[in-house]
Formats: sequence, C-alpha cells, structure tokens
Amino acid sequence: MSLQVENLKVYYQTLGGDVKALDGATFSVADGEIMGLAGESGCGKTTLGHSLIRLTPPMRFIEGRVTLDGKELPVWDMEEMNVFRFKKISIIPQYAMNAMNPTRKIGKMTAELLESRRVNAQATWPELKRRLDLVELSHDVLNMYPIELSGGMKQRMVMVLSTLLDPSLLIADEITSALDVSSQKAVVEMLVEFRNQRCCNSVIVITHDISILYQIADSIMIMYAGQLAEKAPTETIIHAPRHPYTQLLISSLPEIGVKHDEKRLSGIPGRPPLLLDPPAGCRFRERCPVAFDACLEPPPFTEVASDHFVACWKEA
Amino acid sequence: MLSLDGVSKVYQVGTFGGKELHAVSDVSFDVTDGAVVSLIGESGSGKSTIGKMILRLISISAGTILSDGVDISTLQGRALKEYYRNVQGVFQDPFSSYNPIFKADRVFKTIREEFFPQVPGSEWNNRVEGALQVVGLNPAHVLDKFPHQLSGGQLQRFLIARALLLDVRFLVADEIISMLDASTRIDVLNLLADLKSRGLSVLFITHDLSLGYYISERSVILYRGCVMEMGRTEKIYDRPLHPYTQMLMASVPRLDRKWEEAANVMKGQQSDLISGCVYYARCPVAARNGMCSRGRPALVEVEDDHFVACFHAGIGTMATARSSER
Repeated sequence: MSLQVENLKVYYQTLGGDVKALDGATFSVADGEIMGLAGESGCGKTTLGHSLIRLTPPMRFIEGRVTLDGKELPVWDMEEMNVFRFKKISIIPQYAMNAMNPTRKIGKMTAELLESRRVNAQATWPELKRRLDLVELSHDVLNMYPIELSGGMKQRMVMVLSTLLDPSLLIADEITSALDVSSQKAVVEMLVEFRNQRCCNSVIVITHDISILYQIADSIMIMYAGQLAEKAPTETIIHAPRHPYTQLLISSLPEIGVKHDEKRLSGIPGRPPLLLDPPAGCRFRERCPVAFDACLEPPPFTEVASDHFVACWKEA
Repeated sequence: MLSLDGVSKVYQVGTFGGKELHAVSDVSFDVTDGAVVSLIGESGSGKSTIGKMILRLISISAGTILSDGVDISTLQGRALKEYYRNVQGVFQDPFSSYNPIFKADRVFKTIREEFFPQVPGSEWNNRVEGALQVVGLNPAHVLDKFPHQLSGGQLQRFLIARALLLDVRFLVADEIISMLDASTRIDVLNLLADLKSRGLSVLFITHDLSLGYYISERSVILYRGCVMEMGRTEKIYDRPLHPYTQMLMASVPRLDRKWEEAANVMKGQQSDLISGCVYYARCPVAARNGMCSRGRPALVEVEDDHFVACFHAGIGTMATARSSER
C-alpha cells in the first residue's frame, strides 16, 4: 500500500467560522495506481491534494492520519514535511505556467532547487536530460527563460522538475485545464509514461474533466461537498456508478455523437451546500432524486464490492 | 442573416510594428437565421478575434461582414445602436463581465436607460422577470445581489437574459461554457438550444468538440486564422477529411472509447512558412517539397455542404496515407 489516508479533516479558517472543505476522507492509493480525483469546483478536491503536501493557513489540520509507504506523514507540520516534499511526495501545481522563476534560466533554477534540497545537481543532470527526452523537450530549454517556452512546453518542464527525484506519490492538480485538446492528450500520456518508467510510483490526478480520467486513470474517486462520494475502478465509475451523484454527473456529460434534438441531456438541479455550515446527514440529500428518511444521517463510505466504495444509504 | 466574406485581421507586431501577424486570414461563412454555427479551434486560431470583429470591438483589416446585406463597418450613430439591439455577445469569464462595486442587475438597468427609456417601470420589471425565468433563474433569488453572491452559472445566465431583453437576433457566445461546472454547463447549452427554436442565431465559439456537436448544425474548424474544414456538423465529425480535423477528433477524450495509439502530435511546432499551407509543419500527410509548401490550398466543396482546404482531401488522403506508409 503506497498511500493511506484515514479520516482526514482539513478546514479553512474564516471570520465567519470554519469552512469544512475536507470533512473526513478515508481512502488508499495502491502501488503504481493512477487515481483520478474528480468533482465540481468547491468540492474539496484541490484541498485534499494540497493538504497531503503543503498545509498552509488558512487551511487548518483538524484530525486524521496519512501514511505513505508505511511512514506517517506529519502533514500538520510545515517544517517536518520538508523531509518528504519533492523527494517522497511531489506536486504539479494547477498553474504550472507560472510555477517557474521568471528571472532565472531554467537550468540554473533547477540546479538551485536541487541544491536547496541537498541533492547534487551535477549527478542528477544526465537523468534530467533523459527525462527531457522523455517529454520531447530539447536540452536547449535549460538555457532559456520560462517566457521563451509555450504553455504546453512549460507544463512538460514542470512535470520533469516535479518528478526528478522519483517521488513515491505525485499529485497532478488540473494539469490539462489550460491546454488545447492535442496538448492535453500529449501531456496526460506522458504522465502515464512517467508512471510506467517508475519516475513516480503512484499518481493522484485532480481534474474536473472525467473523460480525461477515463483515458488514463486506473481508478476514479468522486468528491461532493467536502466528502467522498464514490471510489471504484475506472470502468465501474463510468459504466456502472452506484452513487446517485456520480450517476447524474456521468449522464450529464455531452459527447460526440449526442445532439440536443436527438438526446437531450440534463444537469443536476440545485447547488452544492455551503460548507460553512453544511446540513447534517448526506450532503447530496437536497439534490438527490432518491433521498429517503435514512439520508438524515451521514452515510458511511463503505466497500460494496471489491475496490468499490460508496457513501450512500441506498447501497449500504 | 450574417455573412462573412473574405474577412482578415492583421496585427502589426515587433518593436516597431515591422512584422505582421495574421490572426485571421480570408475567412468566409454564413450564419443563417435560427441556426447555431460552431467555431472550433485551439488557442491562437483566431476564433475569438472573429467574434470580436462581428461585435465591432475590433476593426476588420480586409473583407466585409454583412448583416442582412448591410456592411457593418459602415454603421455609425443610430444605425450602430440599432445593430447592437440585434447583435450581442456573451464572453468566457462571467466574473469579469461585471463591475464588482455595483449589483449584478445593473446590467438590466443600463440597457433600459439606453434602449427603452419610454417603458414604464412596472412593465420593465415584468420583462426582466420574464427574461430571467426563460433562462431558468428564480428572480427572487438573484435580483438585488452583488456579483460575488451569485454563482458563475447564474451570472452567465444573467448575461444571456440581458441579451434576451434586447430581443437580439444574433448572439456571439464566446466560450460561455468553459468556466461552468459539469452539472450546470449542460443547462446553459440546453438554454441556447431552446432559444434557437425561438429564432435566435448563435455563433458558438468553443475549443470543446463535444459541446460543438451537441448544439450546432454547422461547424467551422479554424487553425491559425484559416478555415481548415467547414460544413454540416455530422459530416465533419463522422468523416473528417482535413488532417488537422482528424488529429483533433483523435485527441478528444471520450467516454465510449479510449485513445488509440497514435503518433505524437506535439512534434513540429509552428513555422513561419509564408506561402504554403498553415498546417504544413504539423501535417503527417503533407508532400514535403511539394505543393503543400508552395501554395495555400483553397476551400473546396468535396460533397454537399462539406468544404475542405487541403490538397489531399477526399480520395487523395487515402492515397497519400498509403504511399507514406511505404
């Protein structure tokens, strides 16, 4: 077992009280697994990703336990996490376009980054060049400033940087949302290639685009309003989802071959609850077409079939 | 009906404006009444530029845009105001379309002052409520609120309601879906489909091919300012003839099938080929040193309502693909 998360709660401190953005997540990611993490904006997927690596105010650790390769991660302690960051656990941030220092050439910046982590830059250089070949970037980029690279090139450069020390867990946060379809395909396929070449062990891919996850992920986890709704192997989530939210979400996605006058799709009525003071019980209750009395109690995230977890009273 | 005839947009770039950047070159297509036309392309393809030229937010370098036979670049004063009563735009980012200091419903007040000063207050309020209901909003929930109190989907629908109040006949919808969540984006798309049946024409600008298929009868595929392929949506999606369109179709992430193992499409970035096909550098079937590098292919009708700008289109594509395999 590569990553195990138990009952992780991370709230945002605001003047109006705690915003319960991540309220009790329990799941695991296996060795070599690419897990997709999807949900609407504000469902807590980025909070979950960030709390595993860099939990800064206004985020506040409430409780929970995170274990990576058998070692507990001190996610609540910024200083102690330095031992793990970049080496054991790494992130490709959402705005990788702006992630590099604009005043340094990329090669120099990379060397400084490595030295700051007490890694010999010179010894790492041949591997860095091999990785650049892997993402089809010319070695010349090391002598360029970030501004000289296109968006897709910057994205790939940051991908190489994030995985340079072979982290056990890589978090890819919305890496495709700013790219064109053709670059999107290239970037996520490279991510899979990185995993195959063991440049990183397990990957969590955070995105709102479920169709991309269908192409590359081994399993998909769906979040709703700060809680886990469903986790299952990719084929199961897409073709046989069991949580009503997942079912409605998947059926609302337009696809090539679906036209409005032949097959009219519908969205999910209503809005997610405010997380400052979320309703008791199942948080999807108010929008759920099959809600009943039991839904006034919060549903447990239980395993209904092998590797298939659902938080719904209808399935429990 | 709106028609574009040989429309181009050239920007002067470089330190002293010595270089030319062709954002849009020689684009012609029509949008008939009550039709939805998708304008599809990657970033930098000039799709938003075309929308802005139709809205007269930027000038046209060459060619003409005709609205019911009238050249829109000649419009001035009252005629221009009348044009904006019929043609409006809604843009990608609903949050930056509002002034955060004022309440969101100010967008309705401004058009009343500008276009309908003679309408009495009570009747105007009824009209506003009617328009909000058409776009699926509950007036009691959304009126008298500041922009930050409303969601992206609500703000986006506010802007569509504003266009409805003007009773527009043509809407430029520039990436209006991309900032919305999956569960609400389909509602906005359905709304456009409903408005179409009431006679509204829509230019639907998008980079998402599945959204384009869902909503539009006709599609225009753009690459670096040039039309690569256009015609009936089903024809383009079912039988893409241009290598660029084929590459796009193969890259779309789908839920019914997985990507095929294909050659990496990132190779061969842009080139500064002045003559020749704009897709030359990335094209897998281009005849090197042949006509593809010398002349720019014209848009030809290969079948009824299906135009392609490629020397290898149609039967040629198959033949070249086979010869390159050898």
